Amino acid sequence: MVATREGQQMANANKARLSDSAKAEIDAWLTKYPQEQRRSAVIPALHIAQDENKGWLTTQLMDDVADHLQIPRVSVYEVSTFYSMYDLEKVGTHKVCVCTNLSCMLSDSDAVVARLKEKLKIDFNETTADGKFTLREVECLGACVNAPVMLLDRTYHEKLTPEKVDKILGELE
Amino acid sequence: MGNINHVCFRNFDLDQPWTFEAYENMGGYKAWRKILRGELTREFVLEEMKASELRGRGGAGFPTGLKWSFLNPNAPGQKYVVCNSDEGEPGTCKDRDILRYNPHQVIEGMAIAGFVMGATVGYNYIRGEFYEPIERFEIALQEAKAAGLIGLELKDTKVAFDLHTHIGAGAYICGEETALLESLEGKKGYPRFKPPFPANFGLYGQPTTVNNTESFASVPIILEKGSKWFSEQGIPNNGGTKIFCVSGHVNKPGNYEVPLGMPFSELLELAGGVRDGNKLKAVIPGGSSAPILTADVMMKIDMDFDSLAKAGSMLGSGAVIVMDETTCMVKVLSRLAHFYDEESCGQCTPCREGTGWVSRIVHRILHGDGKPDDLDLLDNVAANMIGRTICVLADALAMPVQSFIRCFREEFEYFIEHGKSMVEGN
Repeated sequence: MVATREGQQMANANKARLSDSAKAEIDAWLTKYPQEQRRSAVIPALHIAQDENKGWLTTQLMDDVADHLQIPRVSVYEVSTFYSMYDLEKVGTHKVCVCTNLSCMLSDSDAVVARLKEKLKIDFNETTADGKFTLREVECLGACVNAPVMLLDRTYHEKLTPEKVDKILGELE
Repeated sequence: MGNINHVCFRNFDLDQPWTFEAYENMGGYKAWRKILRGELTREFVLEEMKASELRGRGGAGFPTGLKWSFLNPNAPGQKYVVCNSDEGEPGTCKDRDILRYNPHQVIEGMAIAGFVMGATVGYNYIRGEFYEPIERFEIALQEAKAAGLIGLELKDTKVAFDLHTHIGAGAYICGEETALLESLEGKKGYPRFKPPFPANFGLYGQPTTVNNTESFASVPIILEKGSKWFSEQGIPNNGGTKIFCVSGHVNKPGNYEVPLGMPFSELLELAGGVRDGNKLKAVIPGGSSAPILTADVMMKIDMDFDSLAKAGSMLGSGAVIVMDETTCMVKVLSRLAHFYDEESCGQCTPCREGTGWVSRIVHRILHGDGKPDDLDLLDNVAANMIGRTICVLADALAMPVQSFIRCFREEFEYFIEHGKSMVEGN
């Protein structure tokens, strides 16, 4: 279920299982939906599984989610491969998701992207050698009046400039 | 913003406006409490909604009251109310602020909607990246439940309405209401073929109404102040205020909630005018799916559903993307085409293939490899995308493509011929 052979090998090397606390969290989500609609919890459940596993999903974890929700495994794979917030390969400690869509582009997201690439010495969809950062180009994050914008893990950073990028990354190092 | 009455942003000058206390002090939950006490009938609320001339704020502009009337509140079986907070139309960022600063007004609006349509359960589908808005909304929801206002078994009333937060995981297509319902059911966000419409076959196959966050947030005030007050904020057939997300080349980008029908020139002034004293070149007036309009058209236009439709574009979600004279239109279209190519769900061939074709053709023009007949090819591809798919994502790229070529043909031809932009600095 993982996109590349390398990813597959990494996935196999990661033996993490869905923890009891994650299952309890998923059960809390399940109370929101009709009893026979357990599948509705698959998106939140995958977020929970991914958060618990340093930001990415292994086949094992997806299977655990499927088993816990009592739904076919393939219907979990369908979801994890469709939505952009799920990562099926190992990622850095921090996910840097920078928007380059129109409003951001008009506010010079190009300069922000250039600085990110220069500082991190990686391109889009790559992870730094020390495993600290993964850089992503994302579509509209919905904060356009404060463009350019990026989502760093769970936090929006708005009205970005190359200088601000230096500062934000500096605080993480 | 002087004397403008606000609807969704009416609490923005309060300290911590998102709290239950702040919302109640402002008069919040007054309408809902009346309903709980049995003082308002479904028929009355529905008539008020229709008279308010509130039109859907998510993009389509469909009259909200009329939409609500499609659900028979007395039909047997579970019915649902769903809020579309999957905000992702490029340029749009109003629902994020409503959820962060005025979440209780969304909750109250959804509860009222549930009452009118006989739906006892609601879900607010919020895009997954909105960590902060999700948290604010969830806290507000718990406050409302603790106050005995939301739930299936409320004290001293026969009315019931339970509400839940649901989250997405990154997919523009889930903003399309039937894709959103699929996603809420735990599936890929594939839009459904219509009919049947959600009013007949919605969430879990049950009658469902989906409205945008801003639409729901407009509801309580319609009952508080009356439909007449609300409709008079705007112009005939375009009731109320609208939040415009003004981004791009302006001095003061921001979310401005203003009366519908305000001249664009005034909105531009509110946003501080075009940056650096530059000349206005073009505006996308309603989110990236809306056809682009040139400066001379925009400066004469009023910002309401009907005026923009008449000018060949649309009000859409109210995302106003402003571009000054330094903007290269080939670069802009290339970025938009890339977006739709990325976000096409792949279900329908004309969209899956068409967005890719458009993206590749504009990309090659932008990189100096354009061919003389590329514009005809783009026109042809666009024409074959419109009206041929289950949802309108294909149209949402094809219509802008046609409008860009119509408005800025010369610029595209120049790029193809010379391999570089006609606009200096690009």
